[in-house]
Amino acid sequence: MKIGVLAIQGDFDAHKKRLEELGAEVVLVRKPEQLDQIDGLVIPGGESGAFLKILGEQGIAKLKEFVRVKPTFGTCAGAIMLAKEVTNPGQFGLGALDIRVRRNAYGRQIDSSIRTGKLGESPLEMVFIRAPKIERMGPGVEVIATEGNDAVAVRQGKAMAATFHPELSEDDRLHRVFLDLVRDGNGVHG
Amino acid sequence: MSENNGHSTSLRLKTGLAEMLKGGVIMDVTDSRQAEIAERAGAVAVMALERVPAQIRAEGGVARMASPKKIREIMATVSIPVMAKCRIGHFAEAQILQELGVDYIDESEVLTPADEAHHVDKHAFKVPFVCGARNLGEALRRIAEGAAMIRTKGEAGTGDVVHAVKHIRQIVQEMKILTVLSEEELYAKAKEHGAPYELIRIVAKEGKLPVPNFSAGGIATPADASLVMQLGAEAVFVGSGIFMKNSTEFADPVEAEKRAKAIVRAATHYQDPKVLLEVSEDLVGAMKGLAISALDEAHMLQTRGW
Repeated sequence: MKIGVLAIQGDFDAHKKRLEELGAEVVLVRKPEQLDQIDGLVIPGGESGAFLKILGEQGIAKLKEFVRVKPTFGTCAGAIMLAKEVTNPGQFGLGALDIRVRRNAYGRQIDSSIRTGKLGESPLEMVFIRAPKIERMGPGVEVIATEGNDAVAVRQGKAMAATFHPELSEDDRLHRVFLDLVRDGNGVHG
Repeated sequence: MSENNGHSTSLRLKTGLAEMLKGGVIMDVTDSRQAEIAERAGAVAVMALERVPAQIRAEGGVARMASPKKIREIMATVSIPVMAKCRIGHFAEAQILQELGVDYIDESEVLTPADEAHHVDKHAFKVPFVCGARNLGEALRRIAEGAAMIRTKGEAGTGDVVHAVKHIRQIVQEMKILTVLSEEELYAKAKEHGAPYELIRIVAKEGKLPVPNFSAGGIATPADASLVMQLGAEAVFVGSGIFMKNSTEFADPVEAEKRAKAIVRAATHYQDPKVLLEVSEDLVGAMKGLAISALDEAHMLQTRGW
């Protein structure tokens, strides 16, 4: 199972390390054609606006096609990338998840925090850094994790997203959920 | 719902933001118009300044924290993180910048130092700090004081990459040496580097700094960005090299934006000569610059800080 981590910029190394610990083969994806070689993709934290600018039209078109057919997991900036609608300020979204996301919704860096939310019913540490919030969810969106009253990790079809950074915590459960999704998506179980 | 506020929690959040900037370009800007250009070009953050280092160098005088009004304007213009510089040791400037809500403070040798013996106690702040370093000892002393990101100093405002290279090579080599030493040798190294033993031990074990390590000071072209990143820098700060034509004149904004975009792409594809060629081909030359070898020791900014 080959997992790509989008490595335009951002904390792609943290994801790579976590995925390798869980036994995945990891490729850092910097060029659109590399998307053809992978079974699933992680879009890391970073600056979503910078991702879009560096990807360019061709890269975005290729990525949009990828997220429709292959499992993708976005964290923070990655969640913004996967959303259908983005505010504060408005920007393009790949539309893999029927959600509206508000960028920098908690404030600036001094408002960043580590909180304990819930993954299903069990506690999960969540690192929020200049994090977005999910403001609206379409009917097909399933909530995986919550913090207070907010949905902070969601899934729809082959796409999943977290507004926080599971790659910066010790807890590897969300990455496991994603790897399961990739296995199922490729018809390989177990 | 609980929110933890311990010491290590705070450091994780501070280095966490630096993690998000890796592989990117942080650009010096002096007004909101330049900030817009930087954001449009794909910068991951901007450094809000009154004057860029090349101007500070040319004009002389005391260089201080930028005016809060100007920083606020820049913060209101862009959605990427905004950093600002305080003078070395000037914790009151740092308090003002934290109150203002900047995302990172650079305790910088580019400004005129405010304290000849002490750097800011950065653990006392909630906002993260980046500090410059020329060697491993200096980097670890700053980390001990609470810096959440290190940038090699290079020689700011010159457009000459030679000392950015010297400093990243120095730090990387000093770290490599630690990884092969025995325990008793590490104690001696702690003394030699003037750095806390605990941090020396962490570097010996991990082979890298416990915080992200970026490069700055003289990076002016896409090739420069690629060079320092191939040598081990995890992201780059580009100061005067984007918006200045020479030490006193601004570059044409269209040219500046092209250069900014080219350096941004070079940082992502730093290991790919094909892309580097492509982005370099479009440019009409970089800032004129100052050769560091022709500078007096007294005019060096990098020797500020200890």
